[in-house]
Amino acid sequence: MPETPPSDAGLRVSLQVDFPSDVAYIERVVDLVRHPCAELAFNRHHLALNVPVALSEALSNAILRANREDPAKRVRVRANVDATKLVVEIVDEGCRFDLDAKTRNPTDAENIEAEDGRGLFLMRKLMDDVERFDASPGGDSGNVVRLTLARA
Amino acid sequence: MSFTIRKQGEIVVVDVEGQLIVGNRQELKQKVLDELERGEKKFLIDFAQTGYIDSSGLGVLVSLSKKIREQGGELRLANLNDDLRTLFELTKLDTLFQISDTRERALSSF
Repeated sequence: MPETPPSDAGLRVSLQVDFPSDVAYIERVVDLVRHPCAELAFNRHHLALNVPVALSEALSNAILRANREDPAKRVRVRANVDATKLVVEIVDEGCRFDLDAKTRNPTDAENIEAEDGRGLFLMRKLMDDVERFDASPGGDSGNVVRLTLARA
Repeated sequence: MSFTIRKQGEIVVVDVEGQLIVGNRQELKQKVLDELERGEKKFLIDFAQTGYIDSSGLGVLVSLSKKIREQGGELRLANLNDDLRTLFELTKLDTLFQISDTRERALSSF
């Protein structure tokens, strides 16, 4: 009797990447995280929009805002993907920040022509959950931004 | 990731191949500003071969649109796929730009 291939229900893929604080790495890291999402049948909108855009924003934030492009500081990415969700954590070595400190709405008429201010807004729109916590409780630097997206 | 610029009549057409993100947005900005400085007024950016755009890519489009308008010119967009269109709708930038479904329609709309 032919064996039925196992479903992906029990599969879990974990991935760790770390790289210097340089925006040139963003596209490559996005592709590395997107690959297991594709393997686990995330839908095409998640693969083409939600995951790459939200992750790019979080990586830019870690490189530019937290690590301030300091070549001595690195960014670490930990991704866990299974048949139900993607959880990806972006860890920087920079100064602490408050994700909610800049909460202007970029879609308001007075902000629509602003060049910046859409990053966090897009992360929140494209992910089910966006959280920030200290990378090393007790220390005084380092942030973890955790993005969660349920497989639709 | 690359940008190809060519003239079609009096319209400068820019093709965005790959992503438009923080790592390459300055290159696009400079290429378009160079054309603007040369006196070009009509610009079309075609996204038929574009993957994804991040917030800094969107920011560059907004900034270019403003600069081109200040010089009496116009920037139009074409060929946004479903996901790129969603991105423009989420940020309400679909209300700021004239967006055409095809390059031909965009070219004839100037």
